[in-house]
Amino acid sequence: MKRIYLDHNATTSVHPEVLDAMLPFLKEDFGNPSSIHWAGRNPKKAIDKAREQVAYLFNCDVSEIIFTSCGSEGDNLAIKGTVEAKKDKGSHIITTKVEHPAVLNTCKYLEKTGFEVTYLDVDSYGMIDIEQVKSSITPKTILISIMFANNETGVIFPVEEIGKIAKGRNIVFHTDAVQAAGKIPFNVKKLNIDIAVISGHKLYAPKGIGATYLKRGVRLTPLIHGGHHERNRRAGTENVAGIAAIGKACEIAVRDMKDESERLAVLRDRLHKGLAEKIPHVKLNGHPEKRLPNTLNLSFEFVEGESLLLNLDMKGVAASSGSACTSGSLEPSHVLVAMGIPHEVSHGSLRFSLGKDNTAEDIDYVIDVLPPIVERMRSMSPLYEASTGKAANISFAADNCKH
Amino acid sequence: MRLQQARQQILVLLQIIVNIETEVIMYSEKVMEHFSNPRNVGELENPDGTGMVGNPACGDIMKLTIKVSNDVITDVKFKTFGCGAAIATSSMVTELVKGKHLVEAETISNQTVAEALDGLPPVKMHCSNLAADALHAAIEDYKKKIEK
Repeated sequence: MKRIYLDHNATTSVHPEVLDAMLPFLKEDFGNPSSIHWAGRNPKKAIDKAREQVAYLFNCDVSEIIFTSCGSEGDNLAIKGTVEAKKDKGSHIITTKVEHPAVLNTCKYLEKTGFEVTYLDVDSYGMIDIEQVKSSITPKTILISIMFANNETGVIFPVEEIGKIAKGRNIVFHTDAVQAAGKIPFNVKKLNIDIAVISGHKLYAPKGIGATYLKRGVRLTPLIHGGHHERNRRAGTENVAGIAAIGKACEIAVRDMKDESERLAVLRDRLHKGLAEKIPHVKLNGHPEKRLPNTLNLSFEFVEGESLLLNLDMKGVAASSGSACTSGSLEPSHVLVAMGIPHEVSHGSLRFSLGKDNTAEDIDYVIDVLPPIVERMRSMSPLYEASTGKAANISFAADNCKH
Repeated sequence: MRLQQARQQILVLLQIIVNIETEVIMYSEKVMEHFSNPRNVGELENPDGTGMVGNPACGDIMKLTIKVSNDVITDVKFKTFGCGAAIATSSMVTELVKGKHLVEAETISNQTVAEALDGLPPVKMHCSNLAADALHAAIEDYKKKIEK
């Protein structure tokens, strides 16, 4: 059976060049980079090189890179580390309703410890209002944490404008750039970003490695105390193989980004067009233009996302959904809900996120197999009238979703 | 001897824990079979009873229609908007109930349906296991109609 992977915003495969770059440090070059003897030398060199490669992606100095274990650690370090270091200056944080749980739940935790958090709204495109960012600032605001691009819809936020706002007011600006890294260029200096977080496994490095840009001069209290690793900002013996991997992955990302993002945008639009032509009642979730080149989030009305995913899986196609049924909760995706999309339409959402191994042939295969699946599921749906091709005229008791 | 027994018990417990962990994301073969080839899909014309439960906003809604003759459910069809578990339980309940006396049909619970499918992932037990409720609603509707 064909296997087509369209879930690159969840995770990516390890690039063969990345694997080659990391393997020596799982074999002969096993040493501790802090050791002064022969075994430590190659690992130390590898970390120095990787730091340059990652700094090149961010366009920052090597001293401004901290290696972490993942995106969630990076976000926790950025948010908790900043408020801990600046708590004598204020107690207010601004973020959005559509952040990754690594940011949202960290903010919710801080609310319990006495910090005040403003969660910015998004419009029906999933876009924030820059005026609301400004008007939410109070004399107590110490941190703005707004993602670079949304993982579910791919919507790209106006980071440059937020950077200007934060800079003029001496507020730390953190951005979760996990989805943006490797897909669109970003220059932390030009954008006035103070802290930016990336994760290896979203850009063809393995899981278990991340990197955080911390602008020189911005104070941060570490999450992990211990040895003098990462200039006292993150203790723990370095994950040398992972660091070599994320370094190589960043190098490749910068090298291939322009061509690859153009190629993926063409494929993504081909998928969108192909499906919309064959399937009625399909809606795009997200901004039509201000969007990552690889991400397509569509709602298929009158059907539920998990059953679509299971059917696609049987055809070898891997994607994801914002339906509650895939998350184990009763609420659909918080991102789609924040955009004001009706719950039942959110339940019918599918996210296709493309990546380096996808071809036009893969896309055409999905355009072939998905329409009959949607048609079959709709024929089973009490919400759809197959004879008219419209919504069924049914009424149901209001339910608070607590069965 | 006692030590051996204790060891055995721990192993069984561990097995249960492992099963629960993996079950969260895994459907049984039977669920997948019913999901892929659902029985009795559709809507009966002039049904004797109709049951509708759930809410699309919550991700699941089921509509069950029945034909009743001499207190026996002679035919049944379902339409469901929902996840794999919702569709499989709908299909299974139609299979369980066809040809059954109303009294017998009324004893079928959501638990019965889940067991007939070799179990559901724990997270699905509450949110997507409504098929027996739809059946009971349809029987209720039938009874109301004949009372009139």
